[in-house]
Amino acid sequence: MDKDVIAESRGLNHWFGTGDARKQALFDIDIALPRGSLTVLMGPSGSGKTTVLTLLGCLRAVQDGSVVMAGHELNGASEAELTKLRQRLGFIFQSHNLHESLTALQNVIMGVQVHPGVPDDLARRAAVQSLDLVGLSDRMDYLPANLSGGQKQRVAVARALVGNPLMVLADEPTAALDKDSADDVVDLLKRLGAERGTTTLLVTHDNRILDRADRILTLEDGRIVSTQK
Amino acid sequence: MRRLLQWAFGRIPIGWLQLTHKRGRFMAALAGVAFANVLVFVQLGIMNSMATATLRPYEFFQADIMISSADANALSEGANVARQWMLQALADPDVAAGTGLFVGNTPWDREDRDISFTTFGIDPGQAGFLSPAISDDVALLQVQDVAILDRMARGLSREDAAAIRPQTPLSFETQGRTLTALDTFAGGGGFGGDGYMLVSDQTFLSLFPARSSAAPDHILLKLRAGTEVDTVVARLHSLISDETLRIRTYAEAAQEDLRYQQTRRPTGVIFGFGVLIGVLVGLVIVYQVLSADVADHMREYATFKAMGYGPSLFMSIVVEEALVLGVLGFVPGLAVGIGILTLMGKVTTLPLAMTPVMAGIVFLGTVFFSILSGVIATRRLAAADPADLF
Repeated sequence: MDKDVIAESRGLNHWFGTGDARKQALFDIDIALPRGSLTVLMGPSGSGKTTVLTLLGCLRAVQDGSVVMAGHELNGASEAELTKLRQRLGFIFQSHNLHESLTALQNVIMGVQVHPGVPDDLARRAAVQSLDLVGLSDRMDYLPANLSGGQKQRVAVARALVGNPLMVLADEPTAALDKDSADDVVDLLKRLGAERGTTTLLVTHDNRILDRADRILTLEDGRIVSTQK
Repeated sequence: MRRLLQWAFGRIPIGWLQLTHKRGRFMAALAGVAFANVLVFVQLGIMNSMATATLRPYEFFQADIMISSADANALSEGANVARQWMLQALADPDVAAGTGLFVGNTPWDREDRDISFTTFGIDPGQAGFLSPAISDDVALLQVQDVAILDRMARGLSREDAAAIRPQTPLSFETQGRTLTALDTFAGGGGFGGDGYMLVSDQTFLSLFPARSSAAPDHILLKLRAGTEVDTVVARLHSLISDETLRIRTYAEAAQEDLRYQQTRRPTGVIFGFGVLIGVLVGLVIVYQVLSADVADHMREYATFKAMGYGPSLFMSIVVEEALVLGVLGFVPGLAVGIGILTLMGKVTTLPLAMTPVMAGIVFLGTVFFSILSGVIATRRLAAADPADLF
């Protein structure tokens, strides 16, 4: 594996179900994600985008083939090892998934405190900076219920980025955002790629951001059918 | 509370924030825990009261050994004991004195409310067998048909009881005789009677003509100073080898009576079950609250899992919630429990009261069972699959 590649899959196959209902979702997927790159994964519904995202994101056990994340082979990795690796990743979900009882700041702090031993004041400072980065420094003490859809998504972005992840895995991160906000988020991910080397794998149907991607992979029926640069 | 939890758990107090986020549900949960606490307090209060009431008559007397009939499970139960055994026991060099104790129930028919006294007939010449609080007045019993009444007896007004003195005696009819109460002592209503009455053995035999002076209910023995009680009991067992008798230390007799009341009498068993039901109700309430809370936040927990948090975080959140419910639910439960026990004590004159030990036990039990409920509730967390978030 190239030392500048953060995550890589080779001959990745994946199935869902058992017995007669067993169905193959991915076929021989080869992907290499260079450090600092922004890769967009496209494809129709059911094409396998999310499965790729969850396998590379250490959220599912690899059944067949190889996935190497930050130098660690995921095929055969224990749940504890996958959990440990996930601490080095940032996730942005389509439906933000903020904790409704925690303020924006507390939600972002949870993204830092996953790393044991980080002092409270340092975690707080990092969370404040991260919220400032997404333009929400004036909404830190708001509960998610009091934020707009776009603001919630920006808090989720701040939470994903606050731990300075090796890689960000995002599922339709701009779906709930207006054009300017969507541009801001993609700009931010691009900037972090350039400044910190943060790699981004992004599933989207949003054509507005395709021209900002370093690479666009298109999946159909579990196979990569095109790679555009 | 929030800062305390943050300090205790070393993280944002997610459990507290989750619980207080929905205040209505939080209040209902606290009310549920408090209700379970009240149930336990009332049942424990009654059980304690039974223990106090059972042991109280033993406090009226001072003895080292008690000889009773084999079927005498309680002070006021069992067949009589032949006085000859007392004489035989007195042959032991370490037995200093002995006396017979007669026990019977004496009804006092009154216009407003009848009172049932558990009546003890004792030899007034053996004042040493009575507790210091009573022994000073025992000489009064030398006079036939004189009684010393329980001033805390159920149905006897405090004013009437306070007026009973040698100068202003109270006469009343019972068992076809007129008794004169010249003084009072502190007893209290129990589960078997409304209060207690002390009379001389001679007066007792007048009240119960069918009874014989040769057969008291129990024989009390006092030993010489410095004597090992268990040694003498063992010696008496070999000296008096009659299987119809129970020869025990006085303290053992009291404890056996208590065990009998708590484990073999229906009332004791019922109150014991009452405590168990209170605990189960509390367990179910806390489990339901925490289980529903886990189900409500499954997506958030899955998100934390995706972020790299392990099971210890989820366990600590649920334990935190259990602690909050247990501690905060205990406070109103204690307040209401004290109120109910005080009220019940006044109405029944039973020794019902909240004791620090009882409050402490219930508090620790509440926290323990709340945490247990929480641990059970965390099993649902296994269903939180972060892969389902996408």
